[in-house]
Amino acid sequence: MSKHPVIEWIDRRFPFTAFVKHELTEYKVPRNLSYWWNFGFLAGFVLLLQIVSGVFLAMHYKPDAKLAFDSIEHIMREVNYGWLLRYLHSTGASAFFAVIYIHMARTLYYGSFRAPREIMWWTGQVLLLSLMATAFMGYLLPWGQMSYWGAQVITNLFGATPIIGGDVVVWLRGDFVVGDATINRFFVLHFFFPFLICGIVLVHLVALHFVRSSNPSGINLRAEENISLHPYFTFKDLFGLGVFLIIFCAFVFFSPDFFIEPDNNIPANPLQTPPHIVPEWYFLPFYAILRAIPDMLGGVVAMTLSVMVFAAMPYLDRSKIPGGSRYRPLYRAMFGVFVLDIALLTYVGAQPATDEMTIIGRIATTIYFSMFMLLPIMSKKEEAWLFVRGLPQEVMAMIAEEKDDDRRRREKDRRKNERRREQE
Amino acid sequence: MSDDDKVKDPQRRDFLGKATAVVGGAGAAAACWPLVSSMNPATDVLSKATTEVDIGSISKGEAKTIAWQGKPVFIVHRTEDQIRAMNESPGGKDPQPDGQRVIKPEWLVIVGICTHLGCVPNRSATGWSCPCHGSQYDLSGRILKGPAPRNLELPPYQFVTDNKIIIGKA
Repeated sequence: MSKHPVIEWIDRRFPFTAFVKHELTEYKVPRNLSYWWNFGFLAGFVLLLQIVSGVFLAMHYKPDAKLAFDSIEHIMREVNYGWLLRYLHSTGASAFFAVIYIHMARTLYYGSFRAPREIMWWTGQVLLLSLMATAFMGYLLPWGQMSYWGAQVITNLFGATPIIGGDVVVWLRGDFVVGDATINRFFVLHFFFPFLICGIVLVHLVALHFVRSSNPSGINLRAEENISLHPYFTFKDLFGLGVFLIIFCAFVFFSPDFFIEPDNNIPANPLQTPPHIVPEWYFLPFYAILRAIPDMLGGVVAMTLSVMVFAAMPYLDRSKIPGGSRYRPLYRAMFGVFVLDIALLTYVGAQPATDEMTIIGRIATTIYFSMFMLLPIMSKKEEAWLFVRGLPQEVMAMIAEEKDDDRRRREKDRRKNERRREQE
Repeated sequence: MSDDDKVKDPQRRDFLGKATAVVGGAGAAAACWPLVSSMNPATDVLSKATTEVDIGSISKGEAKTIAWQGKPVFIVHRTEDQIRAMNESPGGKDPQPDGQRVIKPEWLVIVGICTHLGCVPNRSATGWSCPCHGSQYDLSGRILKGPAPRNLELPPYQFVTDNKIIIGKA
């Protein structure tokens, strides 16, 4: 097939066809990817959805303590399809976290965070933090009671900073309480952060296309076991998108208030806190960890650690056995306990802080961190045990290959050093 | 590859592929409509489409400026002399008989936006004069001289009673 003259003209000046071919149509992907590998694409789609709906919402929204709440009502009642824009955006926030959490769970389960994919994992970690910050700042914008007190509490967390805590909180808010200055800057940052997110996503993708996708077997497949992204996975991704959209639209059109706290329909009142304040569901586990620690600074540190500890995973997991949970019963069991523990923390985070709940929260928090702390020992012990018990042929072959690579590299280094010494 | 794996009817597959693309494309285009629509005037803006004005308080020779859809509308209660003068004049570069520009000769209702570049003309001895580029209009809102290409626009309006008009509804 001959190229269109316009494409030809562009190709002489810009690697358009080559880029599309190399990164899209003929980009090679392991043929055994399951539907768990759909969630990166879905996250990209939700990001786009949030940016588009957000830009159109921003055309009608007013970031002003006196006008914000009414401007949301204006969007809901008077702007053409304003209700749709807002519900897409509010449901989209929840969908974003759901997709990202599944994406992370897949990475943890299959061990995709291990070498050589550490940079992917860390850029993902930065993306998670940016997403959390963006969601938190966006949540203040409707200026309802939950928005207001959520922002008040979370900005107060920075008060735990030793010595300068009080000043930091005032600096963040631009006021002594969450006020007009706060909502204005939160709006600006809520609009700006997605630019950062897009940039980090680009790094995430460049890293992906360099190290290539992991796969459920955890074994690097031979070249002929990889197939083109298009049409095989573009269509798998589109099918997954269809399933996602059915669930997403069910919420948007049939239960749009599902993720909105009823109290947030009351305009913010700086003089009265609602009787029971809860964060959005996606922050509940971390909120439960915050409440589990009796000391304020300790609680803030524990909560920060609970998010940041994921970054250490490539070093905490010391097992050489590939495939994450696939060939590792102990790791699989720990993963299961971890997921159940997060479910428990989510439940505890949503309940009022009674004595009973505090105790359950402390137990769940202990389990949460002990999973990470036990991992270095457990992974080594499991590895030794599995070597004795025996592993599938191809896994052993791969470990041998890795050892071979290591040996060769060391050999090469040794020879290089010898030569240098001889020259001296 | 066995025979069973071969595509027996490639045209059927082409049709399915194209039909899917068309349905998907139409769906995506339809999903864009709410975005486009949201940029149109909202219902609170549209509710400003008509304005009722009580003209009983404007005595002969006086004028009043009111806002219709956010635009200034001049309402002038013209005297007999002014009506006669306007009837005798054909207008300037965009000639139009005065009779076609009013419903009742004593009431002139015109949009107070210069047809040149959108400034609001000021009252002058003979009618209006635009401060931006010097266009001059007579007491029928017709352009006499200056860069403006057309006469001042006439809004759709009707008399509800002798003393009340509704602008925005012909």
